Amino acid sequence: MSSRARTIFFLISAAGLAAVFAWGFRDAPPLGDYRGPYGDVVTQVAGYERHATDVVNAINYDYRGFDTLGEEFIFFASVLGVLLLFRPQKEKENEAKNDSKEQEHLEEELPVSDTLRVSMQLMVVIMIVFGVYIAAHGQLTPGGGFQGGVILASAPLVVYLSGNAETFERIVSSPLIKLAESGGAAGYAIVGAAALFFGAHFLTNIIPLGMTGDLFSSGTIAVISALVGLEVTGGFVLLMKTYLQEIIVAHGEKK
Amino acid sequence: MLNYLTYIVAAWIFLWGLYGIVTSKNLVHQVVCAAVLQTSTYVLLLGIGFKVGGTAPIFADIPVGTSVVDPLVQALMLTDIVVEATVMALLLSMVVKSNEVAGTVDPEELRVLTG
Repeated sequence: MSSRARTIFFLISAAGLAAVFAWGFRDAPPLGDYRGPYGDVVTQVAGYERHATDVVNAINYDYRGFDTLGEEFIFFASVLGVLLLFRPQKEKENEAKNDSKEQEHLEEELPVSDTLRVSMQLMVVIMIVFGVYIAAHGQLTPGGGFQGGVILASAPLVVYLSGNAETFERIVSSPLIKLAESGGAAGYAIVGAAALFFGAHFLTNIIPLGMTGDLFSSGTIAVISALVGLEVTGGFVLLMKTYLQEIIVAHGEKK
Repeated sequence: MLNYLTYIVAAWIFLWGLYGIVTSKNLVHQVVCAAVLQTSTYVLLLGIGFKVGGTAPIFADIPVGTSVVDPLVQALMLTDIVVEATVMALLLSMVVKSNEVAGTVDPEELRVLTG
């Protein structure tokens, strides 16, 4: 199909789709007129049932925890897919080594300025503290594992951007990263399966709920949130590592 | 009309994303268009959950019983955003591989299936 014919075909179908959209939204409630009962019910019961003040995370890690487990594994599988596609190949590895030598040479020519280094260290400290705070307080305030994990994973990127490629390499090559990625994913499933040993359903809370508003409250919600944080951190760091290595290799090929 | 603006905007973003995917000349551009298309779901979900006078469903500093927006759709979005980012990474890695194997990122030129 020529590109022109395809565009015409698309425009016709898009007009049809837009018509179906309009028809589908015809009886939808206007903006701000919320009618579903579920949101109202869950905001009423989440505090009593789960001692969590952030209802969004109570839903995420408890009321629809099974779905989140599935999404967790979509995340896991995507990271795995990227790692698989960019798996190191023999001839490329050598080129990468040559290139890293060139890079070292480059660094000698362009020393990292003290200002950049100091502000980078300060930023990394702030990002790690903030990331852990966000991931650990998911059951109380906006945040949770997904958000905290992304913040934590950006910390090594700041190290790389400030020109310390070697330090970055050392951080992301640590086996702890892979352990965080796989341990986080496995931990979620284990927390869910642990309930089965108590004769309860999958992902039922089996941990004391604690005082509402405390850091150690809401039982499994806090635990799962932290585990998700671990997995997201590990996953994103692995993604960045893979992509940045690919860039370095591609640079080597060009030369 | 204004009351239905979220639905219109969601459909608008969806269709433009689709248009980008259909007419794209570059696989990277196509992946970004898929991301644009997906953002329409955020607009739609937030629009459905919104309530006039409702605040964020976080009861850390407001009493239980306060009128809040639907937390359900927000929970759906939250995981969606992170998953989208990684799926995008997976798609882009496929683009890199396609460029390596076929030497092109133009979907028009990727016609022949090679092993």
